Amino acid sequence: MSVTASVRKPLITGGKTAHDVTEDICRQVEGKPTQLWLTAVAISLGLLAVGTYALLVTLWEGIGKWGLNKTVGWAWDITNFVWWVGIGHAGTLISAILLLFRQKWRMSINRAAEAMTIFAVICAAQFPLVHMGRLWVGFYWALPLPNTFGSLWVNFNSPLLWDVFAISTYFSVSLVFWYIGLIPDFATIRDRAKNKISKAIYGALSFGWDGAAKTWMRYESVALILAGLATPLVLSVHTIVSFDFATSVIPGWHTTIFPPYFVAGAIFSGFAMVQTLLLVTRKVYKLEHYITINHIELMNIIIMVTGSIVGIAYITEFVIAFYSGVTYEEYAFINRMTGPYWWAYWSMMTCNVISPQLFWIKKIRTNLAATFILSIVVNIGMWFERFVIIVTSLHRDFIPSSWAMFTPTFYDIGVYTFTFGLFFTAFFLFAKFFPVINMAEVKSILKSDALKIEKKEEIREKQEI
Amino acid sequence: METGKNYLVGIYEDENTLVNAIKQVRQSGIKIHEVFTPYPIHGLEDVLGYRRSRLPIAAFLFGLTGTTLALTMMFYMMGIDWPMNIGGKNYTPLPTFIPVTFEMTVLLSAFGMVGTFFVVSNLKPYGKPKIFDIRSTDDKHVMAIDLANNYLSREEISSILNQSGASEVNTRNFD
Repeated sequence: MSVTASVRKPLITGGKTAHDVTEDICRQVEGKPTQLWLTAVAISLGLLAVGTYALLVTLWEGIGKWGLNKTVGWAWDITNFVWWVGIGHAGTLISAILLLFRQKWRMSINRAAEAMTIFAVICAAQFPLVHMGRLWVGFYWALPLPNTFGSLWVNFNSPLLWDVFAISTYFSVSLVFWYIGLIPDFATIRDRAKNKISKAIYGALSFGWDGAAKTWMRYESVALILAGLATPLVLSVHTIVSFDFATSVIPGWHTTIFPPYFVAGAIFSGFAMVQTLLLVTRKVYKLEHYITINHIELMNIIIMVTGSIVGIAYITEFVIAFYSGVTYEEYAFINRMTGPYWWAYWSMMTCNVISPQLFWIKKIRTNLAATFILSIVVNIGMWFERFVIIVTSLHRDFIPSSWAMFTPTFYDIGVYTFTFGLFFTAFFLFAKFFPVINMAEVKSILKSDALKIEKKEEIREKQEI
Repeated sequence: METGKNYLVGIYEDENTLVNAIKQVRQSGIKIHEVFTPYPIHGLEDVLGYRRSRLPIAAFLFGLTGTTLALTMMFYMMGIDWPMNIGGKNYTPLPTFIPVTFEMTVLLSAFGMVGTFFVVSNLKPYGKPKIFDIRSTDDKHVMAIDLANNYLSREEISSILNQSGASEVNTRNFD
C-alpha cells in the first residue's frame, strides 16, 4: 500500500498566469465606471449628505442635539467609535499577523481588508473629535503642544489620551503599510496606462517603482518589520480602547477581562465586515478565482473562533460579577440581562454568541448567502455589544432618583449615517481606482502548474470512486 | 552608481529559469546591472550576491529614538515642567507612561524605516524610473546588463543570455 500526500490545493484557482492576474485586476481600474458602481456611489453620497447635515447641526448647536442626558453622558458616540475601530482590526490582522504566520491565503484579501481598516479608523476618529463639541479643541487640547495655560500639559495618566496616541499611530502605520503594498501595483497600472493623465497620476502614486531585485529585497524586509510592529500595535489599540472603560470605577466597566475580550471582539467584527465587503466585491468584479470558497471558509472559521472567545468572555463577566460579591457589580449585570435594555442584551447574545456557532456546519460556512447574512448579523451584534456595555452600565447609576433611559435623536442617527456615507464612498472609490487585490503578491504564489494539480486531483478522485 | 547608456536586456518567462540564468551568467564572468521582476522572488538576493538589507537596524534605531523621546517628553512635562498632584499619587508613574511610549516607539520606528526605504531605494512621487522593459511590472523577468561595465562583447553576452534561457534579448539605449 502506498500513501501519497495530497497536493495542497492552489490558493488561486483557474490556472491563472501572472499576465492573467494583471488583466483581471487592472480591468476595473482601466474600464469606464459601470452603472452599478455609479448607483452605489450615488447612494453612499446620499448617506453622506444626510449625515453631513446632522453633523453640521451638531457642530453648530452643540452635542445637546444628541439624546444624551446627565445620567447617560456617553452613548452612540462612543459606541460607534468602538464599533468602527473594532472593524478596522481585521485588516491589520490579515496583513500583519497572517504575514508573520506565513498564511499565504491572506494575499488575495489583504489589500481590500487594509483599505477597510483605514476607512473604518477614519470613521471612528469622527466621534471623539465631534463629541468634544468644538473640533479645533480636538487638535490642540488632545496633543502635548505648548499652550497659553502655562503650559498645562495633557494628562499622560489618562487612558483617553493613550487613545489619542494609539489611534493616530494605528491609523498612520496602517496607512503606510497599505501604501507600501500598493506601490508595485501602481507601477503595473502606470506601465499599462494609455492616456497621459492616468500615466501621470499612477506614475506619481507609484513613486518611480521599477521592480529592481534590490528594491524588492528591501521591500520584503520593510514588510516583515512593519508586520512585526503592527502586530503588537493592533493588539494594543483595542486594549487601550478597552482601558477607557476598564480603568474607570463604573460597575460593568471596571473589569480586567476587557483587553483580551475587546481584542477578540474587534477581530470578530472586523472579519465579518471583510466578508460583507469582499463577497460583494468578488461577485461584482468576478474574482471567484482569487477569493475562493476556501478563503471564505477560513475567514468564517476565524469568525467562529473569535465569536466563541467573545461568548466565553460574556459568561465569565457574569460569573465574576456574581463571585465578586459586590452588590453594584452584580446589579449592573442582572440589569443588563433583565432590565429595561434586555432586548439589547439578548440581541447581542443571539447575534454574537449563538449565530457564529452555525459555522461549525461545513455547509453553512461554505455557503455564500449564509456567510453574507451572518456577517451582517455579527456586525449588528457587535454594535449592540458596545451599546450594552456603555448605556446599560450608565443608565442606572448609584442614585435611583437619577436613573434614566437613553433615546437617540435624529442627530445621533445622523452622525452615524455620516460615517456610513464616508466609509462606503471611500471604499467604492478605492474599489474603482485602486487595484483591489495585491497583484504582485498574488503573482508570487501562483503555481504555474495549478491546472495540472487540479487535473491530477480530478483523476485521482475518479479513480477512488 | 555610475551607469552607462547601452544595455543588453534579457527577458525570462519563468522565475526558475531566471534564477538558474543568473547563476549561469554570473559564472561566465558577466556583471549584471540589475534584475527586474514583477513580484518578489525569494532567494534572488542570494543568487545575485546582494548584502542583506540593513533596514531592520534602521527600524531599531528609530524605535529607540521614539522610546527615548516619549519618556523624556512625559517625564519633563509631568515631572519637571508642571507636576500635577492627582489624588496624592506619584507625579511620574512609569506604568501609565508605557502605552504612550509603546505607541511612539512603533510610530517612529515605522515611519523612520519606511522613510529610509524610500530614500535608499530612490522612491519619490516625481521619480522617473529607468524602464528596461515595460513588461517587467506585468509578467516578465528582466535582466539588464550594462555593456560599458563588461569586457565581453555584445555578441558574446547576447549568446550567453540566449543559452541561459532568455526568451528574448534586446538592446536598450538611454540618452
